[in-house]
Amino acid sequence: MSTTMMRPDVPEATAPPKIDRRGTKAQRVGSRLSWLRRWVSPLVILVAWQLLSTSGILTEDVLASPLQILSTAVDLLADGTLQSATGTSITRVLWGFAIGASVGLVLATVAGLTRIGEDAVDPPMQMLRTLPHFGLIPLFIVWMGIGETPKIALIAMGVAFPLYLNTFAGIRSVDRKFLEVAETLNLTRRQRLRHVVIPGALPQALVGLRLSLGVAWLSLIVAETVSADAGLGYMINDAREFLKTDVIVVGLAVYSLLGLLTDTLVRYIERKALAWRA
Amino acid sequence: MARMTDNRARGARQTTAEQADDPSVATVTELHRSFGTTKVLRGLDLEIRRGEFVALLGRSGSGKSTLLRSLAGLDRTAPGELSVHGTVSVAFQEPRLLPWRKVEENIALALANTPERSRRYEQARNALEEVGLEEKRRAWPLQLSGGQLQRASLARALVREPDLLLLDEPFSALDALTRIEMHRLVTALWERHRPGVLLVTHDVDEALALADRVLVLEHGQVAAQWSVTVPRSERTDDARIWSIRTEVLDALGVETGTETNTTRSGAA
Repeated sequence: MSTTMMRPDVPEATAPPKIDRRGTKAQRVGSRLSWLRRWVSPLVILVAWQLLSTSGILTEDVLASPLQILSTAVDLLADGTLQSATGTSITRVLWGFAIGASVGLVLATVAGLTRIGEDAVDPPMQMLRTLPHFGLIPLFIVWMGIGETPKIALIAMGVAFPLYLNTFAGIRSVDRKFLEVAETLNLTRRQRLRHVVIPGALPQALVGLRLSLGVAWLSLIVAETVSADAGLGYMINDAREFLKTDVIVVGLAVYSLLGLLTDTLVRYIERKALAWRA
Repeated sequence: MARMTDNRARGARQTTAEQADDPSVATVTELHRSFGTTKVLRGLDLEIRRGEFVALLGRSGSGKSTLLRSLAGLDRTAPGELSVHGTVSVAFQEPRLLPWRKVEENIALALANTPERSRRYEQARNALEEVGLEEKRRAWPLQLSGGQLQRASLARALVREPDLLLLDEPFSALDALTRIEMHRLVTALWERHRPGVLLVTHDVDEALALADRVLVLEHGQVAAQWSVTVPRSERTDDARIWSIRTEVLDALGVETGTETNTTRSGAA
C-alpha cells in the first residue's frame, strides 16, 4: 500500500509534502468515523458512573445511578407527573417570552426607526440592562406575591433586554448604502422597511432571539426554584426534601432538553431566513 | 459624420446641432454645494440631453460624486439649481444589490411602483436576459462574481427605462478584461435604449471609449469639455482620440509626453 495509490489524481511532478498525504488518509478514515468517535467518551463516563453506583461507592442520596434515573423517568411519565410538570413550566416560558419579546421588539422598532423614539427609549433601556434581573425577585415578590405573575414577569424581563438591544443594534446597523438604493428606486417607506430595514436587521435580531431564549429558560429555573407549587422546579424541590436525586436529575434533564429544543428551532429559523449568506 | 469639435469650450451650454433637438433630461444651473467650510461645487452648469453620453472626469475632491449624488436625489439642492426630467437610475461603484433578495427580486424591486407582480418579474427577466445574466436570476447576489454583479446592477438601472442613467465609477473595481466586456455591454445597451448618460470615472481611456462628450471638473466647475464624434468602433486607434486624450490629461494636470506610450490603451 503506497501513498501514490491514495492520490491517483496527483501528477507525479507535483508531489506534495509527506505530511499532506498522511493528513489526507487520516481525514478520510476520520470523516467516516468521527460521529462515532464523539460518542465514545460520553459512553465511557456513563458506564463508569453506573459501575460506581452498582459497587456502592456512589450512594443514591448523593447521585442515583443512570439506570435508576431511567426507570424513575419511565415511572414519572407513566403516572403523568412529568408531563404535567413540564406543561406548567412550558406555559410559564411561553407567556413570559411572548410578553418580553413583544415589549423588546416594539421598543426596538420605536427606538430604531425614529430619532425621538431613540431619545425616549434607549437611555432608560441602556441603564436598566446593567441591572441583574434576578436581583428584582424580592421586589417582584413584594409587588406580585408568589403566584404565576412574578415568574412570568421575571422571564419577560430576561427576554426583553437581549431582544431589544440586538434588534435595535440590527436596525441601526443596516448599511446606509442600501438605504440610498431604496431612495434611488423611489421605494415607499413601507417598501423600504420590508425590503431593506427588516432583512438587514434580521441577522442581529436572531442573535438576540437566541440569547433571549437562553435567558428565558434560565429565568424559569430560578423563578421556580425560589418558589413554586407546580412545574418542574416544584418537582425538583419536592424531591430534594426526600433526597430523591433520581427525580432531581430527571427534572434537570428535561430543562436541558427544552433548552436544546428551542436552540435547534432558532438555528433552523436562521438557516431558512439567512440562506442568502450562503 | 466624422466632424469633430475638439476645441475646448468654457462652460457647459455648448452642444452640437444634432443634440440640440433632443429634449433635455437634466439641467444644472449655478449649482453650489459646500460641506462645512469646504466648497465642493461652485456654480456648476450642465445640461444633459436624451440620448447623450457624457463622461465626467476630475481629480478626487473635484466634486464629481457630489454632482452625481445631487442628480440622483441623494443630496439636497437649493430650488432652481437642478431639474431632472423623467426617470433617473443609478448604478453605483459597488453594485449594491440587496444581498437578502434573489437577483431577479432585486431587479423587480426597481419596478416596485408597477402594481402587477407578473409584469415586474417579466420585465426583470428581460432585463437580465439583456445583460446576459438570465441563468443567474434565481441566485443570491453573494454567489455572483464582481462582473456579474455589475451586470445585474445595470439591469436594475435599465429596467426602469430611465431618461437619465447615472453611472458612478461602476467599472473601477473590475479586472481589465471584464471592464472591456462591460464597456461593450454599456455601449450596446445605451444604443438600444438611448437614455441620457452621465458616467463618472477616473479613467480617461474609459471616458474616451464611451462618451460623446467629455467634461473635466475642477474646483467645482466644468473646467473644460470636448465633443467626441469619432465613431465608437474606430476609437481604439484613432489619431484624433489620442490628441483629445493628451488635452484631457493636460487639463487634469497629468504630465504628458512620453507618458502616452506607457499607459495602457484601454480605449478598446
